[in-house]
Amino acid sequence: MEKRVVFRSAWLPYALLAPQIAVTLVFFFWPAGQAIWYSFQLQDAFGLKTQFVGLENFRALFNDPHYLASFRITALFSFLVAISGIAIALLLATMADRVIRGALAYRTLLIWPYAVAPAVAGVLWAFLFAPSIGIVTYVLKKNGVDWNWVLQGDQAMLLVVIASTWKQVSYNFLFFLAGLQSIPRSLIEAAAIDGAGPGRRFWTIVFPLLSPTTFFLLVVNIVYAFFDTFGVIDATTQGGPAGATQILVYKAYYDGVKAADLGGSSAQSAILMLIVIALTVVQFRFVERKVQY
Amino acid sequence: MRIKTLAAALAAAGLLAAPAAFAQTEIQWWHSMSGQHNDKINEIAKGFNASQTEYKLMPVYKGSYPESMTAAIAAFRAGNPPHIVQVFEVGTATMMAAKGAIKPVTQLMKDAGEPFNPKAYLPAVTGYYTDNRGNMLSMPFNSSSAIFYINKDAFKKAGLDPNKPPKTWKEFAVAAGKLKASGQACAYTTGWPSWVHIENFSAWHNVPIGTKENGMAGIDTTFQINSPAHVKHVAMLADFAKNGWFTYSGRRQEGEDRFISGECGMLTSSSSAIGKIRKGAKFEFSAHFLPYHDDIKGAPQNSIIGGATLWVMSGKKAADYKGVAKFFSYLSRPEVQMDWHTSTGYVPITLAAYEMTKKSGYYEKNPGVDVAIHQLNNKAPTANSKGLRFGGFVQGREVFEEEMESVLQGKKPAKAAMDDAVKRGNVILRKFEAANK
Repeated sequence: MEKRVVFRSAWLPYALLAPQIAVTLVFFFWPAGQAIWYSFQLQDAFGLKTQFVGLENFRALFNDPHYLASFRITALFSFLVAISGIAIALLLATMADRVIRGALAYRTLLIWPYAVAPAVAGVLWAFLFAPSIGIVTYVLKKNGVDWNWVLQGDQAMLLVVIASTWKQVSYNFLFFLAGLQSIPRSLIEAAAIDGAGPGRRFWTIVFPLLSPTTFFLLVVNIVYAFFDTFGVIDATTQGGPAGATQILVYKAYYDGVKAADLGGSSAQSAILMLIVIALTVVQFRFVERKVQY
Repeated sequence: MRIKTLAAALAAAGLLAAPAAFAQTEIQWWHSMSGQHNDKINEIAKGFNASQTEYKLMPVYKGSYPESMTAAIAAFRAGNPPHIVQVFEVGTATMMAAKGAIKPVTQLMKDAGEPFNPKAYLPAVTGYYTDNRGNMLSMPFNSSSAIFYINKDAFKKAGLDPNKPPKTWKEFAVAAGKLKASGQACAYTTGWPSWVHIENFSAWHNVPIGTKENGMAGIDTTFQINSPAHVKHVAMLADFAKNGWFTYSGRRQEGEDRFISGECGMLTSSSSAIGKIRKGAKFEFSAHFLPYHDDIKGAPQNSIIGGATLWVMSGKKAADYKGVAKFFSYLSRPEVQMDWHTSTGYVPITLAAYEMTKKSGYYEKNPGVDVAIHQLNNKAPTANSKGLRFGGFVQGREVFEEEMESVLQGKKPAKAAMDDAVKRGNVILRKFEAANK
């Protein structure tokens, strides 16, 4: 006979869940609900006068070409950060997996950047690439590159992508390494005996077996690029020059916090919420099917 | 046991702290002055606290200008604002519209029975912060203007006369070319691009930034920065950038550091940078009026101020406001103002402080510190040059800067960019108007 622990009480399970539900309600649902409520309002900065304006905030946003451009920039930025973060981490993990001597030291060093706060990572790279005093700038200028990300949008984008990726590589690396180590050696050896070279072994055995990890990292990295890179951008380009690095979350922050335009900022947050929900659905419905567990 | 010791320690600390807290009324002052200027603020607070025993002024650094402004707004919404908050000139319209959130300075002084004469303050400064019924709404504190600095050593090296700085943008172009040819890595850079090249440019050439006297006569104003004069100026900057004569450094004071390091030979930025330059520059420099276009009629007019004023938030006790009023009187004393003016480069806010500094012979010994004052008073201000008051201008200025950047990048012609700046800026103005009806 199967033994199961069952709560006979009608209220106990709810009581036990209550703290978690309370936390979720207070810290997630309440603010989210408030953001949606604000997105239908027009307020002055001090909240002295509030008007209900319906969808006016949304209409204004979609009539603003710079807001629409912000979508494109966010897509490009997230794509670059997620793809390069995953690719570099996978490369490093496969390398580190083969190292025998001093493996621990390599691995520890590769994990380090993850401990760096995004804002600090941003400042660090901004220093290296600073238009007048940066050491990388110095080298670039010697080689005839006109490096000034304060004005050149593409260079600014490159800078924030590098800083954001660098930070995320460590995280991805950890997961890939764990994934690689859980692949049975015998499979790879068998393939090697059959005459498959390292490249073929990687693409036909290792990579498919890593796909659950890769999928997980893809989701996490895109969410990271969408939201957590805020610190990097705030510490370096602040969305400039000419809006070249203004990703959606940064614009929502700027309009709401710095420019005290709560209605517009809340409307942007509501749109961001929708995007993330849509992205998650797409990822689990379509991409996940291709994953072999 | 340990808990008991801790409790005893806490009780003792409480006993020690309590008398001080009861005897004095604390006055919170949120500000955005960092570095040297922050030290000076602490000095002022110390001076005020030592001058009387009833009140204790507590200055708190709250981050950049927009940051401390939003912090104060958030605190007001949460029901616990500071007594005094330093707000930059860009936030003026927002603060003015917030009736019920702020206590006008004229009112404050009257209620507290402090002697107060608005005429004692520099008109170029007070004009900016006075409503159309003549009430001074905030207390002038740190006001500066955009001025022009040159590196005299770099001028000499380039074969230019260091005692004859360019007066017009035509002469400026010649100097920039020569500096570049002499091997100067960066001939010219600027701080605060919109403030210098749109806002001060407009006042200096007596052209409007917006309708309704630059927004001072009503919130139903629209931007006019796509005039031929503006377009010509921005196009000129883009040409300079293309020739390698102008290096763009960013939207805040980043350019000042490149001038101080000697990298850039010329700089337009705030007059409040003079203290920093004097301290850091390892070369001879001088400060001058902004260059002007001699083919625009009426130029040069007068420049406008930047910087910040102190706003008093509402909802505090009457006794607290007495303390705030006392502090404002202290702050306006000529000796306090002269010290602030001479050590920071901000203009003195009272005429008495200016006269006192002049008499002390300070300007002869430190040429350049009075440039901003003379430039602000170059001519009697017109509707185009007495200041500006645009709603949501934190965003508005950002729009101007974005559009200027796209011209400098070579992505947009100046005319198209200025048209876009007006279009986008007007959307912000209309939104502000709707929110503050």
